[in-house]
Amino acid sequence: MSTATDTIHHDEHDDHHHHIPKGIKRWLFTTNHKDIGSLYLWFSFIMFLTGGAMAMVIRAELFQPGLQIVDPNFFNQMTTVHGLIMVFGAVMPAFTGLANWLIPMMIGAPDMALPRMNNWSFWILPFAFLILLSSLFLEGGGPAFGWTFYAPLSTTYSSDSTALFVFSVHIMGISSIMGAINVIVTIWNMRAPGMTWMKMPMFVWTWLITAFLLIAVMPVLAGVVTMVLTDKYFGTSFFNAAGGGDPVMFQHIFWFFGHPEVYIMILPAFGIISHIIPTFARKPLFGYASMVYATASIALLSFIVWAHHMFTTGMPVAAEMFFMFATMLISVPTGVKVFNWVATMWRGSMTFEIPMLFAIAFVVLFTIGGLSGLMLAITPVDFQYHDTYFVVAHFHYVLVTGAVFSIMAAAYYWLPKWTGVMYDNTLAKWHFWASLVSVNVLFFPMHFVGLAGMPRRIPDYALQFADFNKWISIGGFAFGLSQLIFLALLIKACRKQGEPASDQVWDGAEGLEWEIPSPAPYHTFETPPVIK
Amino acid sequence: MAQQEVKEYQKYYVPEQSIWPIIGAVALFLIAVGAGTFTVEVSKGKEGHGEWILLAGIATLIFMVTGWFRNQIHESMAGLYSEQLSRSYRQGMAWFIFSEVMFFAAFFGALFYARTIAIPWLGGASNNAMTNEVLWPGFEAVWPLLQTPGGTESTQMGWFGLPLINTLLLLTSSVTCHYAHVGLEQNKRKQLSWMLGLTIILGCIFLALQVEEYIHAYEIGLTLDSGLYGNTFFLLTGFHGMHVTLGTVILIVLWFRVQKGHFTPDNHFAFQAGSWYWHFVDVVWVMLFFFVYIL
Repeated sequence: MSTATDTIHHDEHDDHHHHIPKGIKRWLFTTNHKDIGSLYLWFSFIMFLTGGAMAMVIRAELFQPGLQIVDPNFFNQMTTVHGLIMVFGAVMPAFTGLANWLIPMMIGAPDMALPRMNNWSFWILPFAFLILLSSLFLEGGGPAFGWTFYAPLSTTYSSDSTALFVFSVHIMGISSIMGAINVIVTIWNMRAPGMTWMKMPMFVWTWLITAFLLIAVMPVLAGVVTMVLTDKYFGTSFFNAAGGGDPVMFQHIFWFFGHPEVYIMILPAFGIISHIIPTFARKPLFGYASMVYATASIALLSFIVWAHHMFTTGMPVAAEMFFMFATMLISVPTGVKVFNWVATMWRGSMTFEIPMLFAIAFVVLFTIGGLSGLMLAITPVDFQYHDTYFVVAHFHYVLVTGAVFSIMAAAYYWLPKWTGVMYDNTLAKWHFWASLVSVNVLFFPMHFVGLAGMPRRIPDYALQFADFNKWISIGGFAFGLSQLIFLALLIKACRKQGEPASDQVWDGAEGLEWEIPSPAPYHTFETPPVIK
Repeated sequence: MAQQEVKEYQKYYVPEQSIWPIIGAVALFLIAVGAGTFTVEVSKGKEGHGEWILLAGIATLIFMVTGWFRNQIHESMAGLYSEQLSRSYRQGMAWFIFSEVMFFAAFFGALFYARTIAIPWLGGASNNAMTNEVLWPGFEAVWPLLQTPGGTESTQMGWFGLPLINTLLLLTSSVTCHYAHVGLEQNKRKQLSWMLGLTIILGCIFLALQVEEYIHAYEIGLTLDSGLYGNTFFLLTGFHGMHVTLGTVILIVLWFRVQKGHFTPDNHFAFQAGSWYWHFVDVVWVMLFFFVYIL
């Protein structure tokens, strides 16, 4: 990962290039990767707060046993849309936003390879979520079948807003595919001279592999929602045994998309953490090559493990065994990664700035999520865990303390480079510690209620789960409120309130993006740097 | 855009701001809302505005594509594109086609799953004897599924006749498309123009015969809702037909550009993309002919 550069053009950009466009047109018509990155990031944060508000409704209802606040159908809509928004509206666009901001700067390219398509892939997203959210207000309500929209819940038993749901998912898919094509082409074709494959920064590597996964599986999602549409409205019977179909077939096709999808939401996180830990441990990343191979192995394995989501649907034993062992195999490359992060920290000159705090929290808490994943992978045991709060605990550990924490770590790490000012460190500390404590109060007890048999996606529960659920809800509200601190901090930073940041920002930081001024000029690397 | 010049230091062409993507975003929004509303209206037999929203969306999309591509063509003809940029376009197109392959893979996957697992199980295979005995007594698992477990009956589509002719037509069109490309590369403009025109005509005949085939299917009683055989038949051939239509439109645009003297032996990304797309729909058809018609 050598990043020494030959020629870096700092100040000459603005005088001979066109000026930065002003007003709303700048954002609507932009072809600039930094503008589009900011749009993605703000959009995803707004979606994060929206989906979070729905989680608050869920936790308020579950604060006490019995039906308290919302009716069950609305509760189902909340769990469904919360999931859809967090997956497609918050986590994925946040990573795409980071990719837009960082990949061109990390590989020494002037912009993304296809800048106009980049604009298109962003601007269709707000429209997709406008459709999805407004369907909540239609007669019969919005989608209420869980974010996995299993047939026949989404076909026979769904409301008429399902058609709008299907087409909004289509738009989300188009957006992801175009974004992914752009990322691949940029990385493949626009690296600065001298940046060979094995000199690429880890974030670039992980995104390259993520983009491949996106292009491979988002069309499968498009296929399966199309079958839901035709089953519901045009009399086909893909998921209906009376016509020769099979509801289980829905799950196979959906999870063929769905499992690579969960790695789409974590591989870029691995990349981010692989940048932050070396910086604050002041040591190069331990085992760079093995990190690359581990990422690629996880991606390839992700195509042959999908049915571990459906152990209880009634598959032949041989298939259950295959998917169990294939799933467990994934812990090997993942273990390599966790080992390498710890080994990078080993005997490093560690300091604990906010990005590092989030990164260390990521390593510990993501690993907890990984270990509960291993438990879930054991077929006979999964028969007990399936569809309980244990599963909810598992995927929130990997997605909230995993993906979301990595996004926050990335925001704190690169924010000074983007805005040119250091963020408010006091607010940042409050944000970190409040999030860290509350997120564990929120998700850790879910393991216990899950093991004791509390089912997920149900608005009521047996009395013996009352105490734990009270604490889970308190943790949930606290975690939700903590994110408002982050909002305040971001607004301050974007208004450039704070100490000016140096070009390198962090004294251990390495990479091309730290060799350009802070804030990063509107256009960077119009002449590619030469990597030695 | 006109006064834009490529500066010497600029290795890669980064376009100025563009209005087309946001218009495209509005277009997709209208299409999604329109299609969603229209679907519900059609299936419920209700009156509504869905079709108009959908049509407005499609019109906006056509307007956007026309404007955006005109822009691209002007830039290309003005020589703003570098070798590197044209590589980006080629790679982008290749990955787009890969995503299309995966879209069809979902439907082929459904076909294979139903044929090898779902339907035999309904017929009592593996450990599902009671499924057959209790839930679907008398159901026999055979492919093509001419009688569904629920009792809907349909008729098989033979591979001989129209489908075979269509296969030959598309295969021939792939060959003519290739020779058009060869003509372009060797700067034989006449060969390019004729072969491309021939490809378009073959594509149009294919589409016309496909309509004929659908009419025939409905006449002999194979419909979209006649169980999994009809479902996979119509969705696979239907999506393929939509792709052939799009491919034909692309080829027609290319033909007009050829008449205007566009494309040179070493700068013809648009042509290459169009011909790749055509070969792709051809390959999908061959798969379809084997797995939907013959096997």
